[in-house]
Amino acid sequence: MPGDTVQRVACLGVAAPLGLAGVDGAGSAAVDVRGLEKHFGDVKAVKGVDFQVASGETFGFLGPNGAGKSTTIGMLCTLVRPTRGSATVGGYDVVRRREEVRRSIGLVFQDPTLDSYLTAEQNLRFHAELYGVPRSLVRQRLGAVLELVGLADKAKTEVKNFSGGMKRRLEIARGLLHAPVVLFLDEPTVGLDPQTRRSIWDYIKSLKASEGTTIFMTTHYMDEAEYCDRIAIIDKGQIVAMGTPTELKASVGKDRVQISTGNDAGAIRALKEHFGLEAAVHEGNVTFSVAEGGEFVPKLFSKFAEVGIPVLSVGVSRPSLDDVFMSYTGTTIRDAEAGGGPSEWMRLRATRGMRR
Amino acid sequence: MSSELAPRAGLAEGPVGLGGQLAVVGSTPSRKLPPAGAGPLHEARAVWVVLKRECIRFASDPLRVIVGLLQPVMFLFVLGSGLGTLVKFGSHLSLRTFLYPGAAAMSVLFTALFSAGSIVWDREFGFLREMLVAPVSRTSLVVGKCIGGALVSSVQGVLMICISGLAGVPYNPALMFTVLAELLLLALTITAFGLVVAARIRQFQSFMAVTNMLVMPLFFLSGAMYPLSGLPTWLKVLTRVDPLTYAVDPIRRAVFEHLSSLPPALTKRLVPGVTWDGWHVPLGLELTVVAVMAFGFVVVAAIEFRQTD
Repeated sequence: MPGDTVQRVACLGVAAPLGLAGVDGAGSAAVDVRGLEKHFGDVKAVKGVDFQVASGETFGFLGPNGAGKSTTIGMLCTLVRPTRGSATVGGYDVVRRREEVRRSIGLVFQDPTLDSYLTAEQNLRFHAELYGVPRSLVRQRLGAVLELVGLADKAKTEVKNFSGGMKRRLEIARGLLHAPVVLFLDEPTVGLDPQTRRSIWDYIKSLKASEGTTIFMTTHYMDEAEYCDRIAIIDKGQIVAMGTPTELKASVGKDRVQISTGNDAGAIRALKEHFGLEAAVHEGNVTFSVAEGGEFVPKLFSKFAEVGIPVLSVGVSRPSLDDVFMSYTGTTIRDAEAGGGPSEWMRLRATRGMRR
Repeated sequence: MSSELAPRAGLAEGPVGLGGQLAVVGSTPSRKLPPAGAGPLHEARAVWVVLKRECIRFASDPLRVIVGLLQPVMFLFVLGSGLGTLVKFGSHLSLRTFLYPGAAAMSVLFTALFSAGSIVWDREFGFLREMLVAPVSRTSLVVGKCIGGALVSSVQGVLMICISGLAGVPYNPALMFTVLAELLLLALTITAFGLVVAARIRQFQSFMAVTNMLVMPLFFLSGAMYPLSGLPTWLKVLTRVDPLTYAVDPIRRAVFEHLSSLPPALTKRLVPGVTWDGWHVPLGLELTVVAVMAFGFVVVAAIEFRQTD
């Protein structure tokens, strides 16, 4: 069962006065979502989600394609009108204060939105004008964001000569150009090779350090969710679990510890006696499960030294986010996608009858 | 800092402006941006950058200029010279001179439509989204696109004016200026019209098909190829309905005003002007018709793009 550190569905402030939410930008949370729902005809893409993202936090939305991630991000970016509920971004209501919300956010979409016939710099300048970055600051910001994503030497290159990873980096740079309160990254690494994905993450981490931007991202890569400060697992339009990666993993199960000792029988007895743990020998090692295995090992060492049991080697394996997803949704993310039908955006487009 | 920006719309802003937001969150000096623009100046910057992009794109593709010129030049010199052997005006006037206004209009027509059509292209390649999610009004985007398309097309017009001597049209500064201004107005109208169509179309191929389907009838019915008098009633009615008629006729009037030593009877036969049920439509009204249409198309396009969301 999930631990109590993890917020289960609907335990967030449902009772908050909806009318007051962020009319004047006074809220402290960068993103504040309450009871948000979106229906497309009979299809309920998002069935009431609640969460807050603190300023400076990296918040991840994890779930299979079609879980409601893109629709939620669309509502927060004022591109999709919520059916019910409310949300504020940077303190502004996403329905009533669209202009302000748009000026407060940076957006990096799943699909590229660059003009490939313009140079990197021309793309950024275009953005600076549309977002009203003061003229006197354009040059400085331009240099800063290009530097951040490692494209400073490519400023004068036409984007059509860029690789997929470079384009994505340029889009991230562009999303940051107007110093948004929240940067939205919708599947920032989808369709990129593993090496490029890693480098994109290095850039995201460094921008977090240098710009202090709040990042809201969606992903269906388990390993990437690990980079987030906090994750919400979304499945079938609902948040099924929310917490830090560590909390989530801790909620799922204990770490597995394997030790090889000079005295297995003695070790098993000592574990039972001093820590109340049931251990057994598997594959030649004494194996047992314990919460926070990394923190447990030093305690184990000092106790074993006391009772005189030599420890030759130790291995701790933690549950992965795959295990977390599995435990909350009863399926692995890959299985969920395999049966998922058309992706959300496809559905969005089909429902709206137009592509943006 | 904010004084050089647009005056902030007091009504729209809450107690804490966006500038405050930006500064509060920032931890490094680079993030302390002054208030982001809002209001007329910000919109003007959006218009400017959209039209600037149009020009950059046009300049980076010289082939487009040449291809755009090909059709009107063929029309003017091949068709004009060929048919010229059949048509004799009994003066030194050549058919090419008569066809020149139509060819000039044609050159602008294709480039303007192509410019407008690039928005379909932008949609396919995602860039339109970058524009649509920006905190600027859709009207600014449409206006920028229209002016950009018109400017780019008038480059084509300038080239047509450059070769006008070959069609027997004199190089007179006043004439050249008049023709260019009239072409610019036409280009604006056509770009706006193209945007109205482009707003509803998802594929560039479809856009080209639709516009080609519309352009040919528009062109044939505009009086670009024949005088507007003495036509069968059905054709006469159709030419009066065709908006392009009101753009070609002023150009032809200007050209013929600057031709010397033409028998007045011939001028009257070739440039009878547009009549509405016998009433002679004055030049100013003709241009007004075109301008009103430009305005109308811009409004419709802006409404359409406001709904594309």
